[in-house]
Amino acid sequence: MNKINKDNFKQDAYKYGFVTEIEDEKIPKGLNEDVIKLISSKKNEPEWMLEWRLAAYERLKSMEVPKWARANIADIDFQDLYYYSSPKDFKDKPKSLEEVDPKLLETYEKLGIPLKEQEALAGVAVDAVFDSVSVATTFKEKLNEIGVIFCPISEAIQRHPDLVKKYIGSVIPVTDHFYATLNSAVFSDGSFVYIPKNVKCPMELSTYFRINASETGQFERTLIIADEGSYVSYLEGCTAPMRDENQLHAANVELVALDNAEIKYSTVQNWYPGDEDGKGGIYNFVTKRGLCKGKNSKISWTQIETGSAITWKYPSCILRGDNSTGEFYSVAITNNHQQADTGTKMIHLGKNTKSRIVSKGISAGKSSNTYRGLVNFHRKAENSKNFTQCDSLLVGSSCKANTIPLTENNSNTSSLEHEATTSKISDDQLFYCMQRGLDAEEAQSLIVNGFCKEVLQQLPMEFAVEAQKLVSISLEGSVG
Amino acid sequence: MLEIKNLDVSVEDKQIIKNLNLKIGPGEVHAIMGPNGSGKSTIAHTLAGKPNYLVEAGNVDFKNEDLIAKDPYERSLLGLFLAFQYPIELPGVTNASYLKQILNAHRKSRGENPIDAGEFLKILKEKSRNLNIPMEMHSRFVNAGFSGGEKKKNEVLQMDLLDPSLIIMDETDSGLDVDALKSTSEAVNKLRDGKRSFLIITHYLRLLEYIEPDYVHVFGDGSIIESGDKSLASRIDNEGYEVK
Repeated sequence: MNKINKDNFKQDAYKYGFVTEIEDEKIPKGLNEDVIKLISSKKNEPEWMLEWRLAAYERLKSMEVPKWARANIADIDFQDLYYYSSPKDFKDKPKSLEEVDPKLLETYEKLGIPLKEQEALAGVAVDAVFDSVSVATTFKEKLNEIGVIFCPISEAIQRHPDLVKKYIGSVIPVTDHFYATLNSAVFSDGSFVYIPKNVKCPMELSTYFRINASETGQFERTLIIADEGSYVSYLEGCTAPMRDENQLHAANVELVALDNAEIKYSTVQNWYPGDEDGKGGIYNFVTKRGLCKGKNSKISWTQIETGSAITWKYPSCILRGDNSTGEFYSVAITNNHQQADTGTKMIHLGKNTKSRIVSKGISAGKSSNTYRGLVNFHRKAENSKNFTQCDSLLVGSSCKANTIPLTENNSNTSSLEHEATTSKISDDQLFYCMQRGLDAEEAQSLIVNGFCKEVLQQLPMEFAVEAQKLVSISLEGSVG
Repeated sequence: MLEIKNLDVSVEDKQIIKNLNLKIGPGEVHAIMGPNGSGKSTIAHTLAGKPNYLVEAGNVDFKNEDLIAKDPYERSLLGLFLAFQYPIELPGVTNASYLKQILNAHRKSRGENPIDAGEFLKILKEKSRNLNIPMEMHSRFVNAGFSGGEKKKNEVLQMDLLDPSLIIMDETDSGLDVDALKSTSEAVNKLRDGKRSFLIITHYLRLLEYIEPDYVHVFGDGSIIESGDKSLASRIDNEGYEVK
């Protein structure tokens, strides 16, 4: 009779799959010096920036596409992509919202991100990136009054060249790996944040990434610098239209925390995951790395990964400053044919450094979900500690979960603690909740949200409720 | 209220219930007693709609509806409550948010709006006080690390909250010490309002000393073999199940 069938799948409704009908302007397809020069000139970049890009491109020519992810990745023809797309006639970034194309405002409205400051979520400043350009940044002036710089990176390159020059590529070397190098050559837009000494940023800063144009890659570049004694909490969100093609999002995100500074970086990633047969969806190949440069500094990553056909990323911390702390809290949900290979690296260089990893992987449908992590204690990282907890939850019987935790301990006085569990949502749990009046979907969502609770509660309050809903929606259709 | 007719139930290809008949009227308290392993809990699980409990023959009428055709959650919303012998743990889900969510599921099915947070807290405080449940318990995860007594009290709290018309209690006395048994029974007795019906499944007489049944049935070999009033329970307690 009432058999709970967890192997039934129906297409979940991806609410953000619409396309904004707006004329775009693309530069010709392909990857070459001319394209890079064109991107640089579109952004009115100074000469040094162009040279930096070209140097990256030179290195790229001799680099191989990495293949080691536990994922089936279709070959990408890098000459058959558009590297830059912007709304037509978008020469300069609009000075005020009145100058922004209403269609763009409407797009963000539909995504639940009102850009008009009086309508915006109180206490959250937003930078809205549409394909390759930032279309609006809210509360900029207000933040400016206390010395906080929050603007598109293209603007920072022009207006704050010393800061950008000093820190760009300082955490992720230009030559790090293929996708990081590719990003360095062709990056388009992303956010730039600078928090001055001893300033606690009074608002949540956030960037909302939207891919709209087809056959276009998005190459986000974000750089956040927290000067001595400062604090900032930053959040990014991402969505894209439903298309049959796979689109590439290859981002580089660099964080630098100086003495006694703290950066909290949260991601709610909801790129289009592809359809129920695994057609289409975003390839989310992202390099995120934070440097705890100063003593007593702290960087905390929180990620809720529900979208993308393939998620391949390891937000990491280099704990160089003595007494610095790195944290990684992750929920990665895969359904249907989605693939995720994600985790973190904690590199302990300084004395008394601490790191904490909490990873929750949830797999449903025919998906594959891998946690991959590295904890490394350098010889000089005396008295350092790591705690790692990796939990996997399986929904149904056709999905896969893997845990690959690597550790390298070269310090005699440091210690590691590792816990890992794999569980299935039990029929008893579902039946218990259903006996109290919850239907199968509600029951599953309650149990899964309980499983993720430790991570979800790391999110800024304004986004925690949304994230909970997203967790439920992502698994829709995985119980019958 | 509830009428079970000629019911056959099998679990994993093994027939557990054979031609069971039972009628429970509004406000009546029925007890089913039987030896361990006789399958009396199967009745409870079948009525609640547990997956893999296959109804091979017969039917069950609950409030003039075909109970067997309904999903477990629909049975709950219709007013059937099963107090579990072993309440299930839900790690990461706080008891308060769980209680609120199940209450709201029932309110929604009655066409009511979700309960306001302040009002919910008021109701929760009042009902918890009646059961001697400290409010601190509601910030813990559902049943996780609860003592046997706390789990059973939490079941009784839920039946109080959801206001069901038929309460099935599956071995509620197991794992309770005398004090917990007494306070739990008192709380259950408060729910006896002359309209609500009870089906109490138990091995021992002791629960029935606190919650007095109107009818007692002896379960054996997949069916009811003897029925009577509460004196039947005392007789069984003295003579055991083997003696007729």
